Amino acid sequence: MKKLLLALATSAALLGFSAAAGAQDKTKVCFIYVGSKTDGGYSEGHDRGRQELEQALGDKVETAFLENVPEGPDAERAIERMARSGCALVFTTSFGFMDATIKVAQKFPDVKFEHATGFKSSENVGTYNARFYEGRYIQGVIAAKVSKAGVAGYIASFPIPEVVMGINAFMLGAHSVNPDFKVKIVWANTWADPGKEADAAKALADQGVDILTQHTDSTAPMQVAAERGIKAFGQASDMIAAGPETQLTAIVDTWGAYYIKRTQAVIDGTWKPENIWDGLKDGILTMAPYTNMPDDVKKAAEEVEAKIRSGELHPFTGPVKKQDGSDWLAEGEVSDDGTLLGMNFYIAGIDDKLPQ
Amino acid sequence: MRIELEKRPRPSTLLSVLSPFLALALTVVAGGIMFALIGKNPVAALYSFFVEPLTDVWSLHEIAVKAAPLILIGAGLSVCYRSNNWNIGAEGQFIMGAIAGAIVPVVFHDWHSPLVLPLMLVFGMIGGALYAAIPAFLKAHMNTNEILTSLMLVYIAQLFLDWLVRGPWRSPDAYNFPVTRDFTPEAILPEMIASGRTNYGFAFAILAAVGLWFMMRYTLKGFEISVLGQSERAGRFAGFSSRRMIWFSMLLSGALAGLAGISEVSGVIGKLQPIISPGYGFTAIIVAFLGRLNPLGIIAAGLFLALTYVGGEAVQLTLNVSDKVTRVFQGLLLFFVLSCDTLIQYRVRLVLSGLGRSGQGEAH
Amino acid sequence: MGMIEAILLTVITAATPLVIASLGELVTERAGVLNLGVEGMMIMGAAIAFAATQMTGSPYVGVVAGIAGGALFSLLFGFLTLTLVANQVATGLALTILGLGVSGQIGEPYAGMSGVKLQPIAIPLLADIPFLGPLLFRQDLIFYLSIMLVIGINWFLFSSRAGLKLRAIGDNHASAHALGIHVIRTRYLAVMFGGACAGLAGAQLSLVYTPQWVETMSAGRGWIALALVVFASWRPWRVLAGGYLFGAVSISQLHAQAFGIGIPPQFLSSLPYVATVVVLILISHNRRVTLINTPASLGKPFVPDR
Repeated sequence: MKKLLLALATSAALLGFSAAAGAQDKTKVCFIYVGSKTDGGYSEGHDRGRQELEQALGDKVETAFLENVPEGPDAERAIERMARSGCALVFTTSFGFMDATIKVAQKFPDVKFEHATGFKSSENVGTYNARFYEGRYIQGVIAAKVSKAGVAGYIASFPIPEVVMGINAFMLGAHSVNPDFKVKIVWANTWADPGKEADAAKALADQGVDILTQHTDSTAPMQVAAERGIKAFGQASDMIAAGPETQLTAIVDTWGAYYIKRTQAVIDGTWKPENIWDGLKDGILTMAPYTNMPDDVKKAAEEVEAKIRSGELHPFTGPVKKQDGSDWLAEGEVSDDGTLLGMNFYIAGIDDKLPQ
Repeated sequence: MRIELEKRPRPSTLLSVLSPFLALALTVVAGGIMFALIGKNPVAALYSFFVEPLTDVWSLHEIAVKAAPLILIGAGLSVCYRSNNWNIGAEGQFIMGAIAGAIVPVVFHDWHSPLVLPLMLVFGMIGGALYAAIPAFLKAHMNTNEILTSLMLVYIAQLFLDWLVRGPWRSPDAYNFPVTRDFTPEAILPEMIASGRTNYGFAFAILAAVGLWFMMRYTLKGFEISVLGQSERAGRFAGFSSRRMIWFSMLLSGALAGLAGISEVSGVIGKLQPIISPGYGFTAIIVAFLGRLNPLGIIAAGLFLALTYVGGEAVQLTLNVSDKVTRVFQGLLLFFVLSCDTLIQYRVRLVLSGLGRSGQGEAH
Repeated sequence: MGMIEAILLTVITAATPLVIASLGELVTERAGVLNLGVEGMMIMGAAIAFAATQMTGSPYVGVVAGIAGGALFSLLFGFLTLTLVANQVATGLALTILGLGVSGQIGEPYAGMSGVKLQPIAIPLLADIPFLGPLLFRQDLIFYLSIMLVIGINWFLFSSRAGLKLRAIGDNHASAHALGIHVIRTRYLAVMFGGACAGLAGAQLSLVYTPQWVETMSAGRGWIALALVVFASWRPWRVLAGGYLFGAVSISQLHAQAFGIGIPPQFLSSLPYVATVVVLILISHNRRVTLINTPASLGKPFVPDR
């Protein structure tokens, strides 16, 4: 047994060394996902980005990833393993990895880290996020124009600022078309449980909404919408396959552009920790083709998108009141990013009560 | 061809030592074939899985960190299972222990004192025990099956934690993200050795397991547990109360799960957040049985299972395989370990059909 | 379609996989075998059913494949626990780990694909009954199977000779063996039946409930199914009632949210679990009734002495 182990050890060690020697001049970029890389939603979006990075930079990079890493005590180990395995740049792609990223980064000052959607940075930890609310605003505009019932169903995951911000942006978009537009919100308390998402979609459809939008991962709500003959928006990926006659558009996570930019910075030696919050114009999110809507709606959506891209329109521009009737943004005032990132209130016109 | 078992007159000591190694050898063969089939170098894969984590001080620490809650919970569960109390809700007791323990650093965050940590640990145990008291009470006095109640309470605990960290206990300086305040330094369970992350939770686990082993082996209580576990009737004749045993075993395992919970939160995570356990309470059930419900065996089983997690990640990263592959491998490994344990109690014979004594068996 | 009708339809779809998997486990447990691997067998069924459907284009092939896959997968459990008398609790949990891994591998190429939905079959005449027709007689094959399983298993266990033997094994395998009943053979069949049912429940998930493949899409339903067996104190009709109770509370809380009642969603989400516990407390006060129905040999290994 001992001999066998020894033989195993030496041969594997040899293998390891030869592999390391071959990889000398490549920059190793590592990713850690909270879900499966084929979850059809959030983690898959990041993995698409990883693949784009590999394609774009070819021989210059080598990528590795760990998937299904729970946001608990395991995260620190997983991140440290990456730092130890020669990764030059580590993307930790879920909010729950924040503290673990900071801790590991302290131990490995030469490794660069980028944490998605968090708010803690350090000398070798940058943060990045996408202004998904821009896409949600466009969806709101479309919803108010397409809906006959004047009410949309919103399948939400958890009441975190990102999701609340999305609901508000959606409603601001809708109110820009129809100030009386309503929304019904169901919290699924999960990111990915197709069955539960479908149940939520059915409940909303039964209560008379004719547009569904979701902030959960699976295509189940899209399938339900297709079955019920109502319209829906895709989330994280283009979900047109699940509803060829149902999907109006989708917010597609396209992290690839960002991953290429930052990896190139590491290769060039120009990487600095930054707090990046990119939007439509930077390509970190894109809108799937506008389909299944009348031409004038499509045109309106494209116009709104163009205005957001050019910076002419910021979805969170006053006058906006909070749900309780108090003033939030004055005429022409644009919300600061801090308020958006910590958003825990609904805007006026949402009847639901935000779970606190 | 059939497989027949023949009970050994006495369990084989030799095989009880050898069977894990036999299982390992079988796994190496089967796993090697599996990795070869998916086009990965089997030697490198097996090396990353079993050997690499043992060659590095860092990963040894990580194994200890991962094993600590498994051992602590598993040891407590062994008392339950030996006395026929089917607590499968340790995950919930883990969470409630973490919540109860966190009352001190979250609600009284301005209180700085060396008493903070000991109080947290005590609260953690009380929290876990109280949560286990629900199925215990329902079983002992309302005749309600504890498998269902303890399992359902897991989901309720998870949702309760979720509500707490998003609502009343949400940190005022975390941009409304669902986390509590970071624990102050005096609320952090310290690391044991400077070389790595292993915290005192590991010491608690070893102490608890050794203590329970002693109890099971040398005390009247241990005898009571085995007697009641084998037959409630026999226990009653010996003057033992199965109702009291329900309370004892459930509270004990709940307290240990709660201690594991607060140790994990205080020693590893440093605050409360919606997810604080990757299913420790469920994995510990496997650990308890892999350790043959013997607390010392549970130490070994906990460390071994922790190795498979740490090794699994090593394989994923070095060979670029998905976590699915490592989970299949882990499952295979468990199967081999469980089936090799048969050899301790039984002789296994292959019987060619027609030559065996089939058909007569029924007459016995 | 009225609102009540629509809600009930959603409840039926949500409850059916729970009921089916639970019924299978009930038969397994009645034979004295505790298989905690329901979640693993269910997710295997879902993956295999989806893969087979995508390959052949027919969801009916998928249903058959899901059943067969679940049964075959459970054989692994059977071999370990029945032939090698390995510990049932640990083996069942290991089966779940393995099932999650293998199903992930099987399903990976199909992730993101839109599946083929198993279409409802209207039963002539009955389907036209107002209210009840669309609910009960305009359903898919798997729903009909679930009802037939309840009736069939109830008859089998309590009115057939074979069922009597099965229960005898579960209650006291030693005396059943002494009476000449094939303990191990029967238990193998019971385990496979449990696996087949879990596989069918999985097929329902990936062919009816949400026609797609997502890793871990069973999302803990196997565990709920296990709990329902206990809830039902090993009686088929109570499985049906328990499954529908659980489903109904789960769906009602979503509707309550959509109405905007302003209670934290975590509390609403915990209602199905609370309801199950409370109802179980209410119905299990009679210790004798519970004891009669609990298989006394549950989880205990059996080795025929020769």
